[in-house]
Amino acid sequence: MIEVKNLTKKYAANTAVSDISFTIEEGKVYGLLGPNGAGKSTTMNIITGALAASDGVVTVDGLDILDDAKEAKKHIGYLPEIPPLYPDMTPYEYLSFIAKAKGIKNGEIQDEIARVMEETQITDVSDRIIKNLSKGYKQRVGIAQAMLGNPSYIILDEPTVGLDPLQIIEIRKLIRSLATDRTVILSSHILAEVQEVCDEIIIISHGKIAACGTEDELREKMTGPNVLTVTTKAECDPGAQVFDGISGITEISEADEKDGEKTYTVYYEKNSDIRENVYNAFVKNNAVLLALTSKVPTLEDLFLELTKDEEEIPSETASPVMEEIVNAITDREEISEEEMSAEENLNEETDGEEDK
Amino acid sequence: MSAVIRKELKQYFSTMYGYVFVGMLLLITGIITTITNLINGYSGFEYSLYTVSYIFLLIVPILTMSSLSEEKKSRTDQLLYSLPLSTKDIILGKFFAMAGVLALPTLIMCVYPLILSVFGNVNFLTAYCAIFGFYIMGCALLAFGIFVSGMTGSPVIAAVISFFSLLLMFLLGDLSTMIPQDAFTSLCCFALLCALIALLLYYVTKNETVSVALFVVLLAVDVLIYAFKSELLENTFPKMLSALCVYDRYESFAAGIFDLTAIVYYLSFICVFLFLAAQSFEKRRWN
Repeated sequence: MIEVKNLTKKYAANTAVSDISFTIEEGKVYGLLGPNGAGKSTTMNIITGALAASDGVVTVDGLDILDDAKEAKKHIGYLPEIPPLYPDMTPYEYLSFIAKAKGIKNGEIQDEIARVMEETQITDVSDRIIKNLSKGYKQRVGIAQAMLGNPSYIILDEPTVGLDPLQIIEIRKLIRSLATDRTVILSSHILAEVQEVCDEIIIISHGKIAACGTEDELREKMTGPNVLTVTTKAECDPGAQVFDGISGITEISEADEKDGEKTYTVYYEKNSDIRENVYNAFVKNNAVLLALTSKVPTLEDLFLELTKDEEEIPSETASPVMEEIVNAITDREEISEEEMSAEENLNEETDGEEDK
Repeated sequence: MSAVIRKELKQYFSTMYGYVFVGMLLLITGIITTITNLINGYSGFEYSLYTVSYIFLLIVPILTMSSLSEEKKSRTDQLLYSLPLSTKDIILGKFFAMAGVLALPTLIMCVYPLILSVFGNVNFLTAYCAIFGFYIMGCALLAFGIFVSGMTGSPVIAAVISFFSLLLMFLLGDLSTMIPQDAFTSLCCFALLCALIALLLYYVTKNETVSVALFVVLLAVDVLIYAFKSELLENTFPKMLSALCVYDRYESFAAGIFDLTAIVYYLSFICVFLFLAAQSFEKRRWN
């Protein structure tokens, strides 16, 4: 079990991670989800001991990652965002260095390397120089490195970034196969990836945990109401009063008429279903019901909702830069205006000369 | 640590760095030995080795430039931080690998006095003491190179800084004789040094208060010593400079003396710079 308690990481000017606490149980795939710059990599670097926290404690199976570093790190395999490869080595040489560094016994190194190469399907390229390998293979070598020594926890930082769609599918498959007897923690800024691969999702935003739990638990936590769009024929529109008496409706908004159809957007409470009542109400009022579409908020909506401030913050921090850009544009406009007027003057002068 | 040593050695000899280092050192030694001992007929191999030692200026940066800076540049340092290796293992592993690369040409050099003995009388004891001194001095310069490499993320910058620092160390002996020996000059030079130390501290910590405070304290000590015990400052700065001159220590070996103080000096030099390199490597984990 990895326990992360009150983790904080401050850099000179900003706080990358602020008071994060969570627990990683064994045998599951965890996904750290968040937009770029949310603090995912910082958190992972701290968990693996690659970075020291300003405050807080990380324990891996009860061992402190800083105080019992050597022992604790043996339980962890880590693939940072940029695969840490030595380009002039072959995958075999590289893996034998890692195996020795991880303290694997000399007699077992060969078998261990053969095993991870088999699992990550890089046996074919084991004698090629790493710098000549494709990005997908480099990523596999990185994952193979993390798997050496059979650690209980494999931590992968954005393992599919920069890969082509086919490679992404293969790497995801590989991650799934890794998770059969180990705990995998991966980070991503792509919701679909986390949804597909992970059992538990931890959403990080602005260096804080915005939400965590399984996909279903997260859905439960969603705050927004359900939405129903009701389309009726404009010529026999019953009016918004048709919805009177249906319980659970929180808000009704009228849409514009289009092609002889009128659409109402009806917001109603979570965990309720008003479709049947709406249908009955229309029948009762002899109104024509053309379409009835219910939209349950997706995890995407939740993700956007939880991380939506993200856009405001960069724009705030970037405001001096924006100001500069705006100034530069206005300056440029002024210049071009000046140029224009200069040109006009010139034209006038030449016109004058022509007149003469 | 053995994993790091093996990896480093493999890297040196799978790229050209190791070959260039060994090749250049052997080539220059060969040329100088031929001129000094065979053509000019000097019997002592230590004279040749004294001249050869200047080649360290060029070849030490070749070997050390990428040791830590390349790890930083290619982000493999993250791997080293997350592996069950201590900073001590990493820095010492890198140093021993380099010392191993240097040992290769040094061992080959051990054959030279034997070859020379065919042509005349060679004092083996002084020759082998000189080779030992040569090796230890080389190791000291390598330790310094690792420290410089750890300060930057660019191997080229590391090489340039190493080269100029080694050149400065080489010139320090002559420079120290040119500085006036009076107390006031030492006061001024120490004040300048205090400012440099404070600037370096600011560069490393980016903390203005601490840097300025350190500068003020050091300067105050400097001025107080000058005011109350100015004789302490007489000739102190030139002496300090010549103490830092790594090459001067080797002169006694060239003269055929096995200088134990020089050995202790070089070993301390190695320890200090490896310690500093380890500190700067560890510091990055915290930033």
